Amino acid sequence: MIALLLRDLRLAVRAGGGFGLGLAFFLIVTVLVPFGVGPETGLLSRIAPGVLWIGALLACLLSLDRILALDWEDGSLDLLATAPLPMEGIVTVKALAHWLTTGLPLVLAAPLLGVLLSLPPGGYLWVMVSLAVGTPALSVIGTFGAALTVGLKRGGLLLSLLVLPLYVPTLIFGAEVARRGAEGLAVETPLLMLGGVSAGVIALLPFASAAVLRINLR
Amino acid sequence: MSIWEYANPVKFIRTTDVVLPWISVAAVLCLATGLVWGFFFTPDDYRQGSTVKIFYLHVPAAMMAINAWAMMLVASLVWIVRRHHVSALAARAAAPVGATFTVIALATGALWGQPMWGTWWAWDPRLTSFLVLFLFYLGYMALWSAIENDDTAADLTSILCLVGSVFAILSRYAVLFWNQGLHQGASLSLDKQENVSDIFWYPALVCIAGFVLLFVALVFLRTQTEIRARRSRALLARERQA
Amino acid sequence: MMLTVRDLAVSRGGVPVLEGVSFDLAPGRALVLRGPNGCGKTTTLRTVAGLQPPFEGTIEGAGERIAYAAHSDGLKSMLSVTENLRFWAQVFGTTDIAPALRDFDLEGLADRLAGNLSAGQKRRLGLARLMVTGRPVWVLDEPTVSLDTASVALFAAAVRRHLAEGGSALIATHIDLGIPEAEIFDMTPYKAAPRAAVQDEAFL
Repeated sequence: MIALLLRDLRLAVRAGGGFGLGLAFFLIVTVLVPFGVGPETGLLSRIAPGVLWIGALLACLLSLDRILALDWEDGSLDLLATAPLPMEGIVTVKALAHWLTTGLPLVLAAPLLGVLLSLPPGGYLWVMVSLAVGTPALSVIGTFGAALTVGLKRGGLLLSLLVLPLYVPTLIFGAEVARRGAEGLAVETPLLMLGGVSAGVIALLPFASAAVLRINLR
Repeated sequence: MSIWEYANPVKFIRTTDVVLPWISVAAVLCLATGLVWGFFFTPDDYRQGSTVKIFYLHVPAAMMAINAWAMMLVASLVWIVRRHHVSALAARAAAPVGATFTVIALATGALWGQPMWGTWWAWDPRLTSFLVLFLFYLGYMALWSAIENDDTAADLTSILCLVGSVFAILSRYAVLFWNQGLHQGASLSLDKQENVSDIFWYPALVCIAGFVLLFVALVFLRTQTEIRARRSRALLARERQA
Repeated sequence: MMLTVRDLAVSRGGVPVLEGVSFDLAPGRALVLRGPNGCGKTTTLRTVAGLQPPFEGTIEGAGERIAYAAHSDGLKSMLSVTENLRFWAQVFGTTDIAPALRDFDLEGLADRLAGNLSAGQKRRLGLARLMVTGRPVWVLDEPTVSLDTASVALFAAAVRRHLAEGGSALIATHIDLGIPEAEIFDMTPYKAAPRAAVQDEAFL
């Protein structure tokens, strides 16, 4: 399992691995928003938590089809299925590798991009906390979507269509934590909800992903 | 005599062929009676005027939008556990019907909302939940049509339906938490006296019955079509083999 | 422990392609599957490897004892030869990759990226993977594709060493591998009678 994680991380950072693409996309979305809505600081600072969350979510979405498709194409997935690893473990490790290479950098980059959007000073901590708690769920849900579409030729768009509605609870609670934090309100309730959603998703969804992947490998 | 006998495609088609005309006629009668009664023979609401009457379309459509998903969930579970093809095809057949009911609920809601709230659309929890439900329907239908092997498609969409149901409920609570909303509370419930009065209640019941019958008729018809399509493909495949 | 296959039927897309296949594979033995294209060799091997369920029949002594090599080698082009091999060794819980590198003449290429190898070299790396799995039953699907004569000899020698150590091999191939221990198993007689796909049966 650790070997698989290390391999995925190594592949991600080597040339052509796509590491940093998500980050660049996050930057682009954040830069485009002021062009779209205008440079007024008050408005930007009000919408900053939400924009950061949407940007992170889209950046995450962008890289989902790489989670399993590459291993499917070169036959690794077949070989992994015959290896002494449980399928649930494989999909969990894949999701973890995706989070470490996509979600975690987004969490770390969010405060910098917050500056561009004049995020209120109180918001930095809570944007980071909410992303840190919420993005693992995005990776796990995304792995489920990737497992559903793994054998399909043009699975990319379908993957987005399948995954986006599943992202709704995480987005709502995550953005709510960030917004309340930025406005200096109490964040406990949405943070607990976000944590609950993430914990539930991480605990249960890998079983569905593994079942789906087994069906697709058949 | 067990209900599982109807899981045989031939038996299903034979039985539904008999009942389908009756259900269709009953659906049309109920809808016609309920809608005419509701639109023309009930008094205007003292606050909302005649706009309230769109309720006779809006409420049943919204109920069936949710019930259709529930039916798909049950059918998916039956497929996963007992692997009856008719069950999987019925789930597939119900999806576009449910999606259409969702659109009707959203559209009539917009028509109602415009005069009442002064806006076609508001990010109210109920409206938002239905929009999310519509996205679930879209994803489900897209997955069905993307996969070539019928059994694989049935397996994958069943699991998506299960997972989607959990997330749909989660979304519902998330959305409630997110915005308290403009929408009035439930107009129809069995235990509360604060409900609409009987004058509105009876035609609404007839309309709901009409929508349920319409749903059943459409699902039967579409399942028959799916079965026949599968049968013709199976026959073609056998032809090629021989 | 023996690999025992009894009355196996395998299906492709729900249509049975072979039926009534029975064979035993004892330790130290190799079995070469022969048959025309599309007769179901790959499907049989995938079924024995556990990637798809048998349509009918039983397979005993497979499961965690199988090392499977398919048409695609599961190589990562951005990893070096050593890294690719070490990864699979770790997955299968072994450590020593040196014998595999040596037996398939990959020592000189150890630090090359797999993406820069020729087709034949990639294939050799894919087969070297079998040695690091530490598993006794090798299930090989057309292992000699894109190998030259010298490489085929390397491969045959590796298989023979594996057999001598008490391993066994199930190989689908068209060429003569130069493995005298191998028995030939012709699959042609086991072609399944034409019938409908399972998912179609209920609709006919």
